[in-house]
Amino acid sequence: MDQILNWISAHQEMIYVVFLMIFVGIEIIGRVPSVLHTPLMSGANAIHGVVIIGAIIVMGQASQDDVLSLVLGFIAVILGTLNVVGGFVVTDRMLEMFKKKK
Amino acid sequence: MEINLLVLIYLIGSVTFIVGLKMLSNPASARKGNLVAAGGMFAAILGTIFLYENEGQKLGNYPWIFAALLIGTVVGTLMAKKVQMTAMPEMVSLFNGMGGACAALISVIEFNHLLHGASDFSALDGTKLLIILLGLIIGAVSFSGSMIAWGKLNGKIKDFAFGGQHIINQVILLLNVVIAAYIITVRPEQTHVLFYVIVALSILYGIFFVLPIGGADMPVVISLLNSFTGVAAACGGFLYGNKVMLTGGILVGAAGTLLTILMCKAMNRSLLNVLIGSFGGNKASTAGAGVGVSGSYKEVTLSDAAVVMSYANKVMIVPGYGLAVAQAQHVCHELEKALEAKGVEVKYAIHPVAGRMPGHMNVLLAEADVNYEKLLEMELANEEFKNTDVVLILGANDVVNPAAKSDPASPIYGMPILEVEEAKHVIVNKRSMKPGYAGIENQLFFQPKTSMLFGDAKKALQDLLAEVRSI
Repeated sequence: MDQILNWISAHQEMIYVVFLMIFVGIEIIGRVPSVLHTPLMSGANAIHGVVIIGAIIVMGQASQDDVLSLVLGFIAVILGTLNVVGGFVVTDRMLEMFKKKK
Repeated sequence: MEINLLVLIYLIGSVTFIVGLKMLSNPASARKGNLVAAGGMFAAILGTIFLYENEGQKLGNYPWIFAALLIGTVVGTLMAKKVQMTAMPEMVSLFNGMGGACAALISVIEFNHLLHGASDFSALDGTKLLIILLGLIIGAVSFSGSMIAWGKLNGKIKDFAFGGQHIINQVILLLNVVIAAYIITVRPEQTHVLFYVIVALSILYGIFFVLPIGGADMPVVISLLNSFTGVAAACGGFLYGNKVMLTGGILVGAAGTLLTILMCKAMNRSLLNVLIGSFGGNKASTAGAGVGVSGSYKEVTLSDAAVVMSYANKVMIVPGYGLAVAQAQHVCHELEKALEAKGVEVKYAIHPVAGRMPGHMNVLLAEADVNYEKLLEMELANEEFKNTDVVLILGANDVVNPAAKSDPASPIYGMPILEVEEAKHVIVNKRSMKPGYAGIENQLFFQPKTSMLFGDAKKALQDLLAEVRSI
């Protein structure tokens, strides 16, 4: 029990963020008209590409003789970039069409 | 100073994600919202590269990082620009898988650091290990699942299910949890072996998880995997104490989960039912639904169809995946204009899960400049069908199948449908009599008021348009 309390206390900032973001995420989606579901899914898909920041950190910290980290990190950064760039561009393409008819 | 600046950039990044998603939920501001989020992401990436410090140590390996960024940007942009509107859903799935793989790779690298860095392995930080394993499992499942979903949507992978598959899935999942718990609590000598066992099991689980789920339910699965990747990204945020990863990840995780549930609701099914139902892959239910569906159908000639439509007061068009495949949205819009010139009222009835993704038809028709106000959502459309003279169904099948209302044995029983049989005439354009994605027959096609217009949607509409114009 003590251990759990200590753990919560040590990571409280993170835990707060997690819970607040869960509610924010639900609130935002709750009001989306169904016509926007596809672009929205695509937009959210691009946003979780933020995982690329982790990949950049891993890559940037890898030492020169650590080939495994370098190679895997390199691949991770490429994949993360694909997720981010591809995600935003696809979303933009979808939304561009919505705008034209106005 | 610099590290504080990075904190500010991350804060701005987090806010742009929230504001961006919010703006995405309104048609007027959606495009700007996407750009806002992209801007925040760009700043966060640049900030990380140049400002990030760990124990006073800046990041290195710039050539590697920039090379990878360049490759990813070029390939990603090309793929996203080149993809056809019909292939949009599988593109999202593919990009989602990339994100999942990225998260899993981060876990692999961090685990190796942990393993080689610690002189006393048993003294390793349990929390860190837990987060790494969590990010690994979720990321890997999301990766392999998304790849299967991608393959299924573009037709490379067929539905596949075998007896007891769900039990095997549960066993794999349970095994994963047990091994992960064993690593964290016991720290055995062979931890690195067990770690890669988890990698393999997670990938296997993702494959088995998506394989038996039918194509009609793929949007739900992609949305679910999307939120998985969000959670995997958040694990990375936890690992590095990185707030922007945490906010972005959890935001998508929560929003994606809700979106998944909303999609299931549109089909009047529970998420569990979608995941366990083996929709379309289940041969037994297909046979069961075939009972009572037989008889003869009648074909309609182009000129007859053109006449019926030209002299109608109101025509309702029901688009489906067939329209998307044939890229017939522009011709469809032309036909709509030609009919309106003759004084016919033309509307579109949009089923929430028509096509391969919610909103798929809206995006498609918007591409062809179809007026937003002509698109009726299901409830509104269903009220109007009884005043409709002709319903023209373009490559839609399961969403107009009356078995969803009348046949409790049907796998789609309970799904709300477009009640097209209320209208006076129904013209169905299909390539053949083959059943739709759910793999079940459609009684609608055999009803007396229904007539079939076979052929590719684009070709059929072009011919129909010519006939309408010549009247």
